[in-house]
Amino acid sequence: MEALTNRVKIMERKPMTFLEKIYLWNILKGMFITFKHIFKKKATISYPEQKRTFSPVWRGLQILNRDEEGRERCTACGLCAVACPSEAITMEAAERKPGEEHLYKEEKYAARYEINMLRCIFCGLCEESCPKDAVYLSETFAPSNFQRSTFIYDKNDLLIPDPKEDPEGFAKAQGNRAKKQASNIN
Amino acid sequence: MAILLAVDLAMILEKLVLIIVIVSASLLIAMYSTYAERKVAAVIQDRRGPNRAGPFGILQPLADGLKLFMKEEIIPNSSNKFLFILGPCLAMMTAMMTSAVIPWGSKVEMFGRTVELQIADINIGVLYIFGVVSMGVYGIMIGGWASNNKFSLLAAIRGASQIISYELAMGLSLIALLMLTGSLSMKTIVEQQMAPGHWWNIFYQPLGFLIFLVCAFAECNRTPFDLPEAENELNFGYHQEYSSMKLGFYLFAEYINMFISSAIMATLFFGGYDMPFVNEAALSPNIAAVIGVVALLAKVIFFIFLFMWVRWTIPRFRYDQLMNLGWKVMIPLALANMLITGGLILWLDK
Repeated sequence: MEALTNRVKIMERKPMTFLEKIYLWNILKGMFITFKHIFKKKATISYPEQKRTFSPVWRGLQILNRDEEGRERCTACGLCAVACPSEAITMEAAERKPGEEHLYKEEKYAARYEINMLRCIFCGLCEESCPKDAVYLSETFAPSNFQRSTFIYDKNDLLIPDPKEDPEGFAKAQGNRAKKQASNIN
Repeated sequence: MAILLAVDLAMILEKLVLIIVIVSASLLIAMYSTYAERKVAAVIQDRRGPNRAGPFGILQPLADGLKLFMKEEIIPNSSNKFLFILGPCLAMMTAMMTSAVIPWGSKVEMFGRTVELQIADINIGVLYIFGVVSMGVYGIMIGGWASNNKFSLLAAIRGASQIISYELAMGLSLIALLMLTGSLSMKTIVEQQMAPGHWWNIFYQPLGFLIFLVCAFAECNRTPFDLPEAENELNFGYHQEYSSMKLGFYLFAEYINMFISSAIMATLFFGGYDMPFVNEAALSPNIAAVIGVVALLAKVIFFIFLFMWVRWTIPRFRYDQLMNLGWKVMIPLALANMLITGGLILWLDK
């Protein structure tokens, strides 16, 4: 048969030489190879102490973003819920009352916002569809748990810290992904 | 009469202490061999190995032992219960018994007594080791038979035939060595190698050592000769039905066997407790003994490492290859080695 690729290697079936027949020499060669591996760099990462850095395009858990004054950006338009291929997002909208301007950026906000992390496939379509820069995928992943109900993340779990109260926590939670895209928009 | 009795009591006490020390030392070394095995396997495969239990994972063997103790003790319904328990006991006992005739050092002067660092210097030491080691196969045979399981039985038969085939070559390779030494006592063999102007036996018997080494691998059921427990074809072989500490005994016996055969190789071919380039006779006996024990342990540890190194390098033999190697290569080679040694001794002595 004609070879399909140029990687085909034809096996040589020559009779073994004396050196190959006594087998010992080849064992020694093999042992030399394994001995060299003792000094090689280990492939393992000691996980809890040492973490592998994520790639820049890594899509982790969602966050709900705030603006610089600490107001929630989400207006409960529902575009993320529509875009979501696995129907993981549920939300309920509410109207902003007078005196709540420091809490919500727009006149409408999400009173309830839940993402089911067991359904979520981390495709990032919610992030892409959001017109208000409110949903981002962060650089963490969902921790394991014993109960399914704990995987339904509500607003308490998703909202990031207030930048006025906790600027460091805000920057950390927002992550590199959110900042980069925010600067593109501006 | 009273004096005689007193001397005997001190002697008994001395030997008892020696036995306890040697047995617990070999248990400890076997314990840490399991740790070393995992570490060696890991570094050879570019991994890290156990490093969670204690610093560098040195408490890992304790955790493993504890786990084995906690496991459910299962005795299969259809097994022969007496033999089922006897199997691992026998394997463990024969493994421990061999350490009796190995000289671990020269002698220590303590409380006005001279203590030989050897449990029993019997004049047929080598023969004794052979006898006990070949009894070790009963552990495998009985365990495999009593399990009442096809795979275990197959493994037991394999183990028995393998040990019988390789014992022959091993014995023949030793005959050549014994023609040189003229003695079966382990102590005498070491002292001959220590004598000035005399080299280690490996320089007189390189081929004999090679045959002995290969046979030792086969006797210990270590890769490439680990057919009796072949994980992927026989489902762990003769210890398939075993659980808890009975399984632990089998696994442990393997490591003790490894330690003992390393010690035997070091003693017979590498000068035993002889530290090269050091004149032990010029030192005080206690210092010489310490140096001797350290030298012997270093050699033993090297051989244990060799066992592991080979295990993680080469794959297992097929059964027919194993038999071919044993009967058609090892035995003729050992016979030729014996003839050549005999001829040379006659020729040079003339």
